[in-house]
Amino acid sequence: MIPLQLAALLMVGLAGTTVVLMRDPLRMAILNAVYALTLTILFLVFQSPDVALSMLVVGGIAYPIVLLAAIARVRSGGDE
Amino acid sequence: MNRRARIAVFAVAAAGLTALLVASVIELPAFGHYQGAYGNQLNREAVAERHTTNVVTATVFDYRGFDTLGEEFILFAAVVGVTLLLRRHKDSEDHQEVLRKADDDRVRSDAIRVVGLLAMPALFLLGLWLVAFGLVTPGGGFQGGVLLAGSLFVVFLAAGFRPYAHLTPAHWADFAEGSGAAYLHNFLGSGTRGTLESDGSMTLLNWATAVEVTAAMVLLFSEFLESYVLPSVRPLP
Repeated sequence: MIPLQLAALLMVGLAGTTVVLMRDPLRMAILNAVYALTLTILFLVFQSPDVALSMLVVGGIAYPIVLLAAIARVRSGGDE
Repeated sequence: MNRRARIAVFAVAAAGLTALLVASVIELPAFGHYQGAYGNQLNREAVAERHTTNVVTATVFDYRGFDTLGEEFILFAAVVGVTLLLRRHKDSEDHQEVLRKADDDRVRSDAIRVVGLLAMPALFLLGLWLVAFGLVTPGGGFQGGVLLAGSLFVVFLAAGFRPYAHLTPAHWADFAEGSGAAYLHNFLGSGTRGTLESDGSMTLLNWATAVEVTAAMVLLFSEFLESYVLPSVRPLP
């Protein structure tokens, strides 16, 4: 394992821990996108660019948008 | 259940999980020593057999095309599920009515509008590039499709709901999603040829997947956005 791979793994561990420790859903959604970015770097460092791209678009675009929309809906539409 | 009992239950579960994790980590192959015969076989033969330089795409759209069909169907089913869950009370309420009722959320910051104006075409182009070159370099229909939909979403972020809705009419996206899924199905139904002169059907499948994924993502975003900009409209209980 080269140092770059070790650094990427540590970054993923760090980012994942912060996501778990954060209690506010909105900040959690943003931190989760940062966590996805560290995973993208991890896959790139481990020479899987296709998986890295998938991770980037799912973790950086699709999932945060759905999460943010759901959070906005729960916060605004709680009077049903 | 009191605190002591909960901790006892957790301790038992954690001990079991730890034991299983340690056992599986010990049994893992050494770092960097891939043992899958199938993967090595594909790496040796895919480029010569399928004339693509991206073996991942060759696997996804040809050798394992049937799996991809299943994944497309999952996406299709998920979007249909979301559309059903978030459907509006009155079926008669059409797109124009949604536009009329929507809050005025125009973005007035010049800085955000300019950044959006620059980012949107760049992202769109990058998405097209990812799809088009998916057989040559890393990328493909799925990644490019999500990026294409994301570039349309930038219009909402930088301009507001109305420009976004004008750019992505729902019936167009509905049609594209259905056709994307149907196309992939029909094509595989007619039989995947064993040997192709070039990447042949993979190019078509790649683009069909891109259309399907883009439309599915746009539909998902639109459904969520409509319930976001229309606080008065609620889904059925």
